[in-house]
Amino acid sequence: MLDISGLTVGVPGRDLVRGVDLALAAGERVGLVGESGSGKSLLSLACMRLNPPPTRITGGAIRLDGRDHATASEKEMRAARGASVAMIYQDPLTSLNPVRTVGRQIVEAVRAHADTGRAAARRRAVDLLGEVGIPEPAVRADAYPHEFSGGMRQRVVIAMALAAEPRVLIADEPTTALDVTTQARILALLDRIADEHGTAVLFITHDLAVAAGFCRRVEVMRHGRIVESAPTERIFAHPAHPYTRGLLDALCTLDVDPDRPLAVLDDIEEDAG
Amino acid sequence: MTDDILLDARDLVMDFSGTRAVDGVSLELRRGATFGLVGESGCGKSTLTSLLLGLRRPTSGTVRFRGTELGGLSGTALRRTRRHMQMVLQDPVGSLNRRKTVAQIIALPLEVHGEGDAAARRARVGELLDLVGLPSSSASRRPGELSGGQCQRVGIARAIALHPDLVVLDEAVSAIDVATQAQILNLLRSLQTELGLTYLFVSHDLAVVRYMAPEIAVMHEGRIVERASRDDLFTAPREEYTRTLIDAIPRVPVRDDGADDGAAS
Repeated sequence: MLDISGLTVGVPGRDLVRGVDLALAAGERVGLVGESGSGKSLLSLACMRLNPPPTRITGGAIRLDGRDHATASEKEMRAARGASVAMIYQDPLTSLNPVRTVGRQIVEAVRAHADTGRAAARRRAVDLLGEVGIPEPAVRADAYPHEFSGGMRQRVVIAMALAAEPRVLIADEPTTALDVTTQARILALLDRIADEHGTAVLFITHDLAVAAGFCRRVEVMRHGRIVESAPTERIFAHPAHPYTRGLLDALCTLDVDPDRPLAVLDDIEEDAG
Repeated sequence: MTDDILLDARDLVMDFSGTRAVDGVSLELRRGATFGLVGESGCGKSTLTSLLLGLRRPTSGTVRFRGTELGGLSGTALRRTRRHMQMVLQDPVGSLNRRKTVAQIIALPLEVHGEGDAAARRARVGELLDLVGLPSSSASRRPGELSGGQCQRVGIARAIALHPDLVVLDEAVSAIDVATQAQILNLLRSLQTELGLTYLFVSHDLAVVRYMAPEIAVMHEGRIVERASRDDLFTAPREEYTRTLIDAIPRVPVRDDGADDGAAS
């Protein structure tokens, strides 16, 4: 469905995403795992063609719904954003307007892509809030973003992202700022959405442990390249790339021995070459 | 109170206009040890931390630090006591002044407390950079030129500049990449051994708290609902809420590539 091939994103004179191939099928959950600076966020922004200047797509293709996001016109991209591909970010407040009710913001997102009447769009907004687990959605639609907790805000953002029923949802560290129990609930919600709507989810995280619980397949990114791509179980059972092994070793899980220092990535840098 | 208790908090209560943020909390911090405090946002752990550091006066209850009750101190005496308790904050970049150099940031507490002359402070900054594993060349850099992990090292250097007894680590690695987290946690442990520091390690991340703290308290709705040793808390949690927290931790599939973790399997 989403087919990225040979994608490069860079600034003049330097590529930061270097020849990435990545495909997502309907309903698939794929984890894109890497450290800050690995290029994972640039890759995801390229799918929306929202790269902050001076970064831009310098080669390759991003095919989705008959369009190539690498070369499509800005008008085509306006149609694609939200309807073909939508994105949620780590900090839900970056996606929400503080001075508008969440209901109004979702209504706008609904009407941006469909010729829906005001009343129908409002009903749809309330339905969406209900679907993402906001209690009393008809009442809460009239509340402002600051009246929600962090987890509830992220649910509102997910409702907004679903407004135009996107085929691909890109979730960029959506639970990193949340408590563990809230994180577990948001992941369960994303899982249900992928199942019920066939939405493909590209889940971006620095935390392999979070990816493990949610994704069927994991792509490990480093220095702008995908260095390993495998089903989740295999990545954990038999990591092939030294960098992946390093990321796994560095995880502070419930199984680590508290009497020993944690393995750090520097130690494997040499072998990784 | 025995000598090895650095901080002793009794029955702390904090009310904010009708809301009880901290509801009868008692705890003791043992010298040279790490005490873990776990809880989710809104549980009152940040308010509790501010009471322990004497940044806020509790509605009732007492905090004794190095044998002196904080409630009985004010002005200069309180400031003098507080230099022995320092804090490392969650946002490694945001908690540093972006317009200052690393050397200026680390030297600031030394200046505020009138430690040494300019040359002595420069020497101490060099020493601190070395302690936290930053190259001496980073002294002239600004936070914007450093990675998140490097900024957190600067925050740690600043916190230990005045030879404190207690360092409160408030979600100190929560905003850092997993890969860098391990390095910072190792650094904190080696500094503790080297400098005899006492840590209050506050986090919502149970796996990290388990690694850092032999003794852990779980906070929920202003109260400490469970307090146990590391081993007991994870093998036999007594409270439903503790179990909920443990169950919410993402589980990592079993690894079988012959790594040296045979004993754990």
